[in-house]
Amino acid sequence: MQAKVKARGTQPLVVTANRLRDGRVVWLGGGGIWSERVGDAAIFDGAGVAAGLSAAAQAEAEQIVVAPYEVEVTLKPGGPEPLRMRERVRVVGPSVLAPSVLAAGMLAEAAE
Amino acid sequence: MDGLDRTAPQVTAGIYKYDAYDRQFLRDRVAEFRGQVDRRLAGALSEDEFKPLRLMNGLYLQLHAYMLRCAVPYGVLSSDQMRQFAVVARRFDRGYGHFTTRQNIQFNWIKLEEAADAIATLADADLHAIQTSGNCIRNVTTDEYAGAAFDESVDPRVYAEILRQWSTLHPEFSFLPRKFKIAITGAARDRAAIQLHDIGLAARRDASGAVSFEVWVGGGMGRTPILAYRIRERLPEAETIAYLEAILRVYNALGGRENIHKARIKILVRDVGQARFTELVEQEYARLPRERYRLEPEVVAAIQAHFAPPPFAVLPQADAALAAACDGDAEFAAWVGRNTHPHKVAGYISAVISLKPIGGIPGDCSAAQMDAIADLADRYAFGEVRVSHVQNLVLAHVRKDELYALWQALRPLGLATGNVGLLSDIIACPGLDYCALANARAIPVAQLIAERFADLHRQHDIGSVYINISGCINACAHHHVGHIGILGVDRKGEEYYQITLGGSATNDARIGDIVGPSFAYDQVTDAVETILRSYLAIRQAGELFIDTYRRTGLAPFKEALYATA
Ligand code: SF4
Repeated sequence: MQAKVKARGTQPLVVTANRLRDGRVVWLGGGGIWSERVGDAAIFDGAGVAAGLSAAAQAEAEQIVVAPYEVEVTLKPGGPEPLRMRERVRVVGPSVLAPSVLAAGMLAEAAE
Repeated sequence: MDGLDRTAPQVTAGIYKYDAYDRQFLRDRVAEFRGQVDRRLAGALSEDEFKPLRLMNGLYLQLHAYMLRCAVPYGVLSSDQMRQFAVVARRFDRGYGHFTTRQNIQFNWIKLEEAADAIATLADADLHAIQTSGNCIRNVTTDEYAGAAFDESVDPRVYAEILRQWSTLHPEFSFLPRKFKIAITGAARDRAAIQLHDIGLAARRDASGAVSFEVWVGGGMGRTPILAYRIRERLPEAETIAYLEAILRVYNALGGRENIHKARIKILVRDVGQARFTELVEQEYARLPRERYRLEPEVVAAIQAHFAPPPFAVLPQADAALAAACDGDAEFAAWVGRNTHPHKVAGYISAVISLKPIGGIPGDCSAAQMDAIADLADRYAFGEVRVSHVQNLVLAHVRKDELYALWQALRPLGLATGNVGLLSDIIACPGLDYCALANARAIPVAQLIAERFADLHRQHDIGSVYINISGCINACAHHHVGHIGILGVDRKGEEYYQITLGGSATNDARIGDIVGPSFAYDQVTDAVETILRSYLAIRQAGELFIDTYRRTGLAPFKEALYATA
């Protein structure tokens, strides 16, 4: 089950999925390339995301990704940052693997 | 597999041994799954078609990768099976595995393209992932001290194995309305949480030696936590399978299938009422060809032979070497006080290996630790390891005069934390760090709480208290029955935590009470500290946290938690 985030007004969007062959988190970049880095993600507006989702559906039909969906983000200097905690965890990986991140409370901060 | 002869001791503790038929079945199953994966990768199967097939083989798609859940039947493993987990962890994962409250193990970083190889590697050690997912009868769970506990009258492993054989690939029960979990205990103290399962069995032995079962039905956690009720007080051993068959048939026919949240047997029992449900089961039972399902004494005896006691030495009950070691080493004495359990055989004891080092990830075990534990099991515990439903490991049969040496060997491995039953012995599910269904993270919350109370002396002062943290209402960490239960909830995409108090999973099972509005991620540790400070302030002599809670109820804790809010 994937959490769908409905496009709300002008919030920028990116398209994500899991890669079929290994399950890794991927983000749809320019030219239909799927990248493991959210920084490579193509940014869509509410109206434009349909094109991204259609490219993603095509990639799904070609056994590249599984269950693509759009994610609301804010644009930060370091790249797009998802609004929902779930997607932020998908960006950085398990917080438990990054004790320094945990100790610094960076994820908690990001959640504020 | 050849490994069984490699390093295991000549005589192992009782472990059910597969025969040639079982092994061929597993090989065929791996080949079938390999074909399914190949067809998925080639596009011959869509995800909708493939998903039920991979789930039947324990393969989930989680947040960051595929997760493989391998069954550990009733939590019992040979040392070679533990070594094989290490092989899978190294070759197909990132060098570790996660032991779960269902006494299973999960590997978090499996690639679909390697999944069949991982499952084949497990099959080499008579291990599999069948029925670890889907709407079928799941792994039967039991007491981690089975066959060893001083308070046990019946060895539940024998019946857990019989139920495993009955329920595996049972044609009628492969597509139940929802998953179905059975737990069984044979001891005075319920360490299998039987009142919180779809079916719970308490085995008893009468004066003549005959075995019978108390049968509980309709318990469960999740969105609607309900305690089971006792449907039969004394079911004779011979009738066990027939009676369970009757319960499952009634559920299979009448259980809800439209709404996933209303499909467990507990909802059916609640909706039709206990009296009517009992009536339906008894009617079905009367109608069944009961003779066909009769559990014959010879069958029980044949299974029992697999669980024959290992060759225990004849030893005195009191052990001078152990007493001397405790006198000479306070840290060891404290570990013995928390991490051991009395054994039914004189001179032996069960030792718990805590998988809850302070600040660690509850239930996680590295491949190196798995290998080392397997070696220690061979050296000290007849080549056998147990997985407990609180995510620790148990060496069930250790000589008391070898306990100090075992502890000394565990220390450099980071496996000698003496915190069993203390507050850092936290039960936590993978939560939002891994699980696709999660609302909130559970593991870092456990880490933060354990670190806040890192001082073991402080934990000893607080005494026994179980904290259970689930990342969503599915309650995999059994938060409803934690003395302090913590449930991750989603508030507009952010993590919040609802706290319950006063739950219990044992003979006096009880669903915890919700304290009030939920707490943000960075408030949870403070909230737990407030609860424990309140307890310390109002506890009476000799009271554990749960005793104080039962005496005072929610009020003083609620007041302390929300007074300043
Ligand atoms: S309780 Fe929820 S978050 Fe935790 S493992 Fe179960 S399904 Fe996942």
